[in-house]
Amino acid sequence: MSDSLLQFRNISKSYYGNSVLANINFDVRKGEIHALIGENGAGKSTLMNILFGMPVITGTGGYEGDVLIDGEKISFKSPHEAMYAGIGMVHQEFMLIPGYSITENIKINREITTPNPVSRIFGKRLETLDMASMNADARKALDKLDMNIEEFTQVAGLPVGHMQFVEIAREIDKTGIKILVFDEPTAVLTESEAQNLLAAVKRLAAKGIGIIFISHRLDEIISVADRVTILRDGELVATKDIKDTNAVEIAALMIGRKVAIDRVQSDRRRISDEIILSLKDLHVGMPGEMVRGIDLDIRKGEIVGIGGLAGQGKLGIANGIMGTYPARGDVVFNGKPMILGDPRAAMASGMGFVSEDRKGVGLLLNESIELNIAFTAMQVGNKFLKQGGPFRFQDDDGIRKHALKMIKDLDIRCESPVQHAGSLSGGNQQKVCVARALTQDPVFLFVSEPTRGIDIGAKKLILDLLLKLNEEEGMTIVMTSSELAELRSICDRIVIVCEGKVEGVLPPDASDAEFGLMMSGSRGGKTEDSPERSADHG
Amino acid sequence: MDGLNRNSNGAGSWILENLVTIIFVAFTLFGFMVSSGVSVGYFFSELSSRVFRNSFLVLSLIIPVLAGLGLNFGIVIGAMSGQVAIAIARYFEMGGLSGLLFCFAVAMVAAAFCGYFTGKLYNKTRGQEMIASLIVGFFANGIYQFLFLFVVGVIIAVPATHPMIKPDGIGIRMTVDLVPVKQGGLKYALDNIYQIPFVHALLIVAVGLLLLLAVRYWLNIRKGRSYLNSPLSLVVNGGLCLAIAGVAIHAMVTKSPLMMVRKVPVVTGLLIIGLCVFTVLIMKTKLGQDFRSVGQSQHTAEVSGINVDRTRIIATMISTVLASWGQIIYLQNMGTLNTYNAHTQIGMFSVAALLVGGASTSKAGITHAIFGTILFNAMFIMSPEIGQSLFGQAILGEYFRTFMVYGVIGVALGIHVWKANKKSRIMVE
Amino acid sequence: MAEMNGNGNNLARASRNLLGDIGLPTVIIAVFWVLTLVAGHFVGISMSTLVSDTIKRAGMNGILVLAMVPAIQSGTGPNFALPIGIVCGLLGLVTAIEMDLTGMTWLLTSFALALPLAAAVGYGYGKLMNAVKGSEMTIATYTGFSIVALMCLAWLMIPFRNPKMGWFIGKGLRETIQLDAVGGAQILNNFLLFTVGDVIVPTGLLLTFAFFAFLVWLFFRSKLGIAISAGGINPKFAQAAGLNIDRNRVLANVVSTILGAIGIIVYSQSYGYAQLYTAPLMMAFPAVAAILIGGATASRAKVSHVVIGVVLFQGLLTTALPVANEIFVGTDLSEIMRMIIQNGIILYALTQVKRGVQ
Repeated sequence: MSDSLLQFRNISKSYYGNSVLANINFDVRKGEIHALIGENGAGKSTLMNILFGMPVITGTGGYEGDVLIDGEKISFKSPHEAMYAGIGMVHQEFMLIPGYSITENIKINREITTPNPVSRIFGKRLETLDMASMNADARKALDKLDMNIEEFTQVAGLPVGHMQFVEIAREIDKTGIKILVFDEPTAVLTESEAQNLLAAVKRLAAKGIGIIFISHRLDEIISVADRVTILRDGELVATKDIKDTNAVEIAALMIGRKVAIDRVQSDRRRISDEIILSLKDLHVGMPGEMVRGIDLDIRKGEIVGIGGLAGQGKLGIANGIMGTYPARGDVVFNGKPMILGDPRAAMASGMGFVSEDRKGVGLLLNESIELNIAFTAMQVGNKFLKQGGPFRFQDDDGIRKHALKMIKDLDIRCESPVQHAGSLSGGNQQKVCVARALTQDPVFLFVSEPTRGIDIGAKKLILDLLLKLNEEEGMTIVMTSSELAELRSICDRIVIVCEGKVEGVLPPDASDAEFGLMMSGSRGGKTEDSPERSADHG
Repeated sequence: MDGLNRNSNGAGSWILENLVTIIFVAFTLFGFMVSSGVSVGYFFSELSSRVFRNSFLVLSLIIPVLAGLGLNFGIVIGAMSGQVAIAIARYFEMGGLSGLLFCFAVAMVAAAFCGYFTGKLYNKTRGQEMIASLIVGFFANGIYQFLFLFVVGVIIAVPATHPMIKPDGIGIRMTVDLVPVKQGGLKYALDNIYQIPFVHALLIVAVGLLLLLAVRYWLNIRKGRSYLNSPLSLVVNGGLCLAIAGVAIHAMVTKSPLMMVRKVPVVTGLLIIGLCVFTVLIMKTKLGQDFRSVGQSQHTAEVSGINVDRTRIIATMISTVLASWGQIIYLQNMGTLNTYNAHTQIGMFSVAALLVGGASTSKAGITHAIFGTILFNAMFIMSPEIGQSLFGQAILGEYFRTFMVYGVIGVALGIHVWKANKKSRIMVE
Repeated sequence: MAEMNGNGNNLARASRNLLGDIGLPTVIIAVFWVLTLVAGHFVGISMSTLVSDTIKRAGMNGILVLAMVPAIQSGTGPNFALPIGIVCGLLGLVTAIEMDLTGMTWLLTSFALALPLAAAVGYGYGKLMNAVKGSEMTIATYTGFSIVALMCLAWLMIPFRNPKMGWFIGKGLRETIQLDAVGGAQILNNFLLFTVGDVIVPTGLLLTFAFFAFLVWLFFRSKLGIAISAGGINPKFAQAAGLNIDRNRVLANVVSTILGAIGIIVYSQSYGYAQLYTAPLMMAFPAVAAILIGGATASRAKVSHVVIGVVLFQGLLTTALPVANEIFVGTDLSEIMRMIIQNGIILYALTQVKRGVQ
C-alpha cells in the first residue's frame, strides 16, 4: 500500500441519518487506472464529492474516516483546495465556455498575466493577460494528448469528442496534477472518439497520474483499467485486479441480490395475446434520458418493467408517449395510431401516467390533496364540473366525495382532503399521484420510479397496489424503475434500456450477471449491431 | 445539417440581427430626402455636439453587458451621483478645471458607493437584472428627490438667497445655471479648454483610425496571430477612413459648408477616446477575462473558482462611476442643471443608442457604442424635421422618436430573448 | 436527496406560512399608514376627508390593480404592459365622445367599444409574452412604453372632429379631456352616493369594482381559471395534465388587458378627466406595487391581495399628502414617498423571483 497515491480509509457518510456510504476502503496507485462501477445510488458520486470537498458534503456534517494523499491525511473544504492539491475531474457534462477559444477554456481562472503600471497600484487582478504564454501552455497540454487542433479555435464549433479532450487538457495543464477523475467520459462520444479517449487515458496513466475511471461500460473497464472496485448500496463489494476477473463476474457483483424476491403470484391474472401498445422506432428528446429508437410490444394485462442505468433513456419512454417531452416514431395504442406530443389525447385514449418527478411534474405541492386527485380528470375528462353561467365550475362536493373514497381505497395517510399535498410524506404523495391517474379510469398505466425516495414499508404498499390494480381491473402496467429488485418482484418481463435502445428483455428470474451485463450494454439482443461490445471481449 | 441551415437563412438572420440598425439608417436617410430645411452645417453641428456630449455615457454601458448583466438601465444612478457632485460644486461656487476635477472625484466616490449596492441588488435579482435596473433607477430617483427637495433645506440649513436654492429656502431649484467657465463656473469647463474646427478633427480621427488599423494588422502578423486578421474588414474599414479623410480634405480645400460646422472640444474627445482605450485594455486584463467568463457562463466561472458575485459587483461599480463622469461631461456642455429631469431619460437613451449601434444584451463593443451614438442622435435630429415636412407638425416627429427609443429597446430585447428561447428548445435527436 | 430537499422546502414553507398569511410588506405599509393617520389627527386634518378620499381612490384604481391578477396567475408575471389595456380603454372612451354620446350611454358605449379592441390587442400581447418567456417583465415594460408612444402619434393624427376634445387650434386631441362636457364625470361615483357623517361613499364606483373583483374571483374558480392558475404555479405539471399552457397564458393576458381598459374608463370618470398622450406611460407601476403590497408575489396573486393592496397603498398616499404638507411646509414629500415605496416594493418582489433566462 506504500505506493498509494490516494487512500480512502473507513469512509462513511450519512445524510440526516440515512447511510449512503459505509466503511469504504479504496486506494489508487501511481500510474494506475482504477475503475469504479456501481448502479445509481451505489455511492460513486458521494465518494467523489468527499474527495473534492464539495459543499454538499461539508455542509451536511462532513464524513467519517480518513482520506490520504501521498500518505498524508487531508480534508478539503472546497473543490478549490482539492484542485490546488492536484486533483482534477473531467465532468460528464462539459464545463466549457462555448464562446471561448480552447486556450481560454484551458486557462480559465488560471490565466497567465504580466504586471503593468496600473496593476502595480491596484492589484494583481488588473495585470495584463499574456496570451502568448497561455497559448504555449495550451499547446503543450494538447500535445500531451496528441491533439492536432489549433489552440486558438473557438470551442463552440468543435465535435463533442474534442470538447472532452479540451476538458482533459485543462486538467492536465494544472501544475502538479496527481489524480484525475473521469466521470462517464465516453457517455457522449462516438465509438472512435471513445477509443481515442481510452488511449489518451492510458497515456496519462503511463505518465504517473493516478486515474479513477467511473464508467458503466464493462468492456471499457476491462480494456483500460488495472483494477476495478465495485460499489453497491453504499458498500464496497470487491476490489479486483482486472486480469483476475471478467465482465460476467463484475456484472454479477454490481447487481447482487439485495432482497429476496418474494414474487406474489396469483391465478386471477389474465394476460391476453392481444397487443395493447406497440412502439416502433420511438425517439424521445428528454434531456439526460434520450431515447434513440425503441421497438417494443406490450400485451394487454401485462406488467412490464423497464430497467437500465440512469441517463440511458428508460425514463424517456413513458414521457415521450405521454407527451411531456417531444417524441417521434410509430406508436399504436389499442389498434389506433397515437399522435405524439399531445398529453390530452394520450390520457383521453385511456392512458395514465405517474411521473418520476413527483414534486415537479406530479403534484401541485401547495394545493389540496383533493384538487390534486381531481385535477386531471376535471381538466381532461370534464368530470367533477357543474355549469354556472358561461363557465363550468368545479363540483366541490363531487371532488370531496371522490377524494375521500380514494384516500380510503389507497390508504393515503392524511389529516384531511384539504391538506396541502406538499405536507405529505413521500409515500403518501406517491399515492396521491396514483390516485389522480386512477381518477381518469385508465386501462393502461405508466408508472415511473414509483418508490423513489420512499421508505421500505411504503414501497411495499405501492407495489402491492399496482399488483392489485392489475389483478382486479386488468390494467396493463408499464413500470419504469432504477431499482431492479422491485421490477423483479412484480413484473412479468423486464426490458433493459441502454443508450436509448432496448438492449434486451429478461424474465424476472434471470441471473444477476445477465442483468448486470445487459445494463452495461455488454450483452443483449443487439449484439450483432455492436460486436465490439460483446461480453467475451474480456 | 446544422451548417446547412445556418447557410440557408444566413441573409435572413443577418437582417434580423441588424434590424434595429437598418431601420435607423433608413430612417435618417429618409429624413434627408424629405426634409429640405436641414442644412449640412446645422446637422453636423448638432450631431457633433450631441455625440461629444453622450458618447461617454453610452460607453459606460459596455462592461456590464460583457459581464452578463445585460443593459444597465441603472446608469441613471451614476448620472444622479454626477449631479450631486455638480450641485455641491455649484453650491460652493467652485468652477473651472479645478471645480470639474472636484466633481469627478466626488462623483466617483458617490457612484462607487451606489454602484456597490446596485451590484448587490443585481446579484439578488439574477435573470431579471434589466427590469431590476430600470426600477432601481426609479427608486433611486425617489431618494435623489428626497435629498434635493427635503434634506437640502429641512435637514441641512441653506441660505434661501443662494441662486440654486428655491426662494422659500427648501430644496434645489428646477433649473440651476452652471455659470460659464469664463465667470468661474462649470459651463464648458471641459469643452473650452481647447477647440479645433470640425473638419480638422474629422481628418485627425480618420488618419488615426487608419494608422490604428494598420498597426494592429501588422502587430498580429508579427506576433504570429495572423488568424485574428481579416483582410476584408481591413479593406472596408480602411476604405471608410480614407473616404472620411477625403471628405475632410475636400471640405478644407473647397471651403464647403462643412467648414461652417461648430468647433469641436478636443479634451472631451480625448476623454472619450481614453474611455475607449480603457474599455479595450481592461478586457485584456485578468479582471476583464473574468468579466467575460462570468458573462458567458456564471456556472462554469463559479466552478472554476471565480468569485462571480464580486466580479458582477465590480462591473456594476465601474459602469456607475463611468456614467457619473459621463453625466458631468454632459452637463458641463449643457450649461444648466435640469435638476429633476436631466438624468431620468439618460438610461433609456443611452441603452437605445448602444442597441442602435448593433449591440445586444450579451454583446457590445466600443464600435457599437460610438456608431450607435452617432446614428441614434442623427435620428434624433431628423425626426422633428420629418414630422414637420411630412405632416406639418414637428411634435409628431418628437413623439415618433420617443416611440423609436422604446421600440428599439423592446425589439432588441425581444429578438434576443426569442432567439435564446428558440435555441434552448428541446428537440428529438 | 430529493426527499431531503423536500423536507427543507416543507420547513421553509411552514415558516413562510406563518408570515405568508399577513406578509411583511403588507404589515410595514399598514403600520406606516396608521402612523400617518395618527400624525394627521394630531395636526388637525379632517379624518372624514381622508377616509372619503381613500375610498374614492381605492375604488378608482381597483380595477387597474385587478388586471394584475390574471397575468400573475398565468405565470406571465405582473402585467407591466398595463398601458396597452389603458390606451384601448381611452380609445373606446374618446370614440364614444366622438359619437356625441353622453351620460350612461357614453359610459356603456365606451366599455362596449374598448372591450373587443382590448381583447384583440391582448391576444397579440399574450402571443408576444409566450415568445419571450423568462424575460416577460422587461419586455412587457417596453412594449407598454412603445404602445403609449405610438398612441401619442395616434392621438395627434386621429381624425376626430368633436370640439369637446380637440385643440382650439390645430389637429388632434387635447391632452386632458374634461368629462363634464359629456356628463361623464363621476357618473359611477354619484350613482346611489350617500354619506355617513362626513364620509362620502361613492356606491356606484365601489359596486363596479366589487362586481369586477367578483367576476375575477369567480373566473379563477372555474375550470378554465383553475387550469390557468395551475399553468402558472407549475408549468410542468400543467403540461403533463394535458393543458395548453401557451393558450391559457394568452387568455389570461386578454383578460388582463380588458380589465386594464375597463379600469381606465372607471378611473377617468371618477377623476373627471381622460388623460391622453404620455399620461398612461407609468401607470403600470403603481398598480403592480399595490397588488404586491396586498401580499401578492410576482408569481401568485389573489383578489384579496388586490383589495388589501389598493386600500393600503392609496390610503397611505391619500393620507401622506396633506399630512406631509402640514408638517413639512413647502416640500413634496408624498410624491417622493410614493416613488420610494412603489419602486421599493417592486424591487423587493424581484429579489424573490427565482427564474429567468441566463
